[in-house]
Amino acid sequence: MNESKTRAVEMTTPFDPQMAILAPGHTYASITDKISAIVLTRRTPRGWFLGFTIAFLLLMLLLFTAAYLLATGVGIWGVTVPVGWGFDIINFVWWIGIGHAGTLISAILLLLRQRWRTSINRFAEAMTLFAVACAGLYPLLHMGRPWLFYWLLPYPNTMGTWPQPRSPLVWDVFAITTYATVSFLFWFIGLIPDLATLRDRARRRFWRILYGFLAMGWRGSARHWARYEMAYLLLAGLATPLVVSVHTVVSFDFAISIIPGWHATIFPPYFVAGAIYSGFAMVITLAIPLRKFYELEDFITLRHLDNMAKIMLATGLIVGYGYLMEAFMAWYSGNPYERYMLLNRLRGPYAPAYWALLVCNVGVVQALWSARVRRNVWALFAIALVVNVGMWLERFVIVVTSLHRDFLPSAWGMYRPTIFDWTMFLGSIGLFLTLMFLFIRLLPVISIFEMRALVPAVASSSGGGTARPAEAPTAS
Amino acid sequence: MAEPTGIYGLLAEFDAPEKVVAAAQRAYAEGYRRMDAYTPFPVEGLAEALGFHRTRLPVLVLLGGLFGGALGYALLYYAEVIDYPLIVGGKPFHSWPAFIPIVFETTIFFAALSAVLGMLALNGLPMPYHPVFNVPRFALASRDRFFLLIEARDPKFDREATRRFLEALGADGVWEVEP
Repeated sequence: MNESKTRAVEMTTPFDPQMAILAPGHTYASITDKISAIVLTRRTPRGWFLGFTIAFLLLMLLLFTAAYLLATGVGIWGVTVPVGWGFDIINFVWWIGIGHAGTLISAILLLLRQRWRTSINRFAEAMTLFAVACAGLYPLLHMGRPWLFYWLLPYPNTMGTWPQPRSPLVWDVFAITTYATVSFLFWFIGLIPDLATLRDRARRRFWRILYGFLAMGWRGSARHWARYEMAYLLLAGLATPLVVSVHTVVSFDFAISIIPGWHATIFPPYFVAGAIYSGFAMVITLAIPLRKFYELEDFITLRHLDNMAKIMLATGLIVGYGYLMEAFMAWYSGNPYERYMLLNRLRGPYAPAYWALLVCNVGVVQALWSARVRRNVWALFAIALVVNVGMWLERFVIVVTSLHRDFLPSAWGMYRPTIFDWTMFLGSIGLFLTLMFLFIRLLPVISIFEMRALVPAVASSSGGGTARPAEAPTAS
Repeated sequence: MAEPTGIYGLLAEFDAPEKVVAAAQRAYAEGYRRMDAYTPFPVEGLAEALGFHRTRLPVLVLLGGLFGGALGYALLYYAEVIDYPLIVGGKPFHSWPAFIPIVFETTIFFAALSAVLGMLALNGLPMPYHPVFNVPRFALASRDRFFLLIEARDPKFDREATRRFLEALGADGVWEVEP
């Protein structure tokens, strides 16, 4: 790819416009027109129809599997004794983890005043919402009788019972419900001013009414903005501990038990880091094709990709430390079951999955130490895909290796996913992508009003936000 | 109260955020109080220039959070100690450490809901009709234009004098807003 070569040359010059958070030369109007045009005026690219068709077919696969599952029972999956937590929990943890990057970008980076978050927060939040929807499917369908899901909620009932709050699975219900609600609120509140923009710019009556209805009469009043910014800041402050708590509670599902390999105090931080790691991998996986196909390179610049790659590297190292501590504690504890758990991971029937996860999550990601790799979109895209696979394998290893051989060898067994486990998994990817494609087509994929607010900042220092000293003197 | 003028107010258009802030400050100094400014993104200092200093939203969110936490704890206490006491893992009925995760989540849930609903309620949204939308140029308030509105209800409002005042502030245009 010759583009990357020219970029490598540009890197040596003092100021590289590709590394700004917003390419120079944009005005309030040009940003508004360019982003809203994707929704309102531009012809829908042929690639969108192609992608949507594939995603929709996968979604149909999900519906087919779910219908067959409801008609037959969870026996169509590979879950059995001793591995009762197969793909459902693996995929649940994988999806919920992916969602965490969206909240991190929208809340934590806001509190840390990282202005580069602006052009990626909107679709990262949408990704969170859709990933949580996919995650929520699994425990519901795993119940076997999902139409009785409301038994999980605390309400006075004729059975005279209440959910048992000493179980982490009940904590999960509250954590995921709260997380889904707050993620939706955060996403929607961020959309309101942009919905008003779409209302004012839509030419067809139907869309004016629809966006106008959703914008709720937003008119950009200065007093409204003051309260709006306060609400947004407070939500960010609330979402930050929430996102940490959600994956902590998910890790409690494992850590509160006494199963070897699960009963570890390192699980909460290690799970949270893993969640952010996989989430950023997914944001990069989505951002690279998005900026390419919709020509959004001015808004999602190499600076964004570079920064996300750095976060991925940092969280990847924390995850690597988690693996190391797991192994160390298995040895240091002197507990024969813990030791066997480690040996079983290294040499047992699922050893290829363990070694593959080490290669994906600890090995490949080290390439991101190089700035040239971080700024090469193709290399970055490939690494992000590898990390997505690696993090899925991590959950596979945690769930399956610990359950299939625990204390009594007479109770050991093997877990083999069936075809319906795979169609369910592919189907949930279809649900995720279908929602993502619809979102890209119907709503502004980048926060327009926050991008407008960047214009004065970029005009005064082309590096934007946290301009590097070396870049500042040559800035226009 | 000024005599009825048949219009809602006068809307002045500016092309830069600094200009609308300066105009709002001048109008406030001139004695106008019933005014508002409309911008495509939050402009620092504009709400203050209009005489808006503080929002009660943080208090609402605090109350929402406290309510959520109390509700969560009360629910668990009632369920686990009073209505359905079960011995699980040899723990006491009132095993509060196990309640913490749920109480934390209900706290966040209600605080976040009050932040969003409180913001909308204090802003008076949803609002199906507002007179400023009668000015066709106002559609640009969500694109790249900045507007200052002086309402006819303002005691100092005078159709001609206020118009001259707004034009003298460097407005690119001044429009009458139909009620």
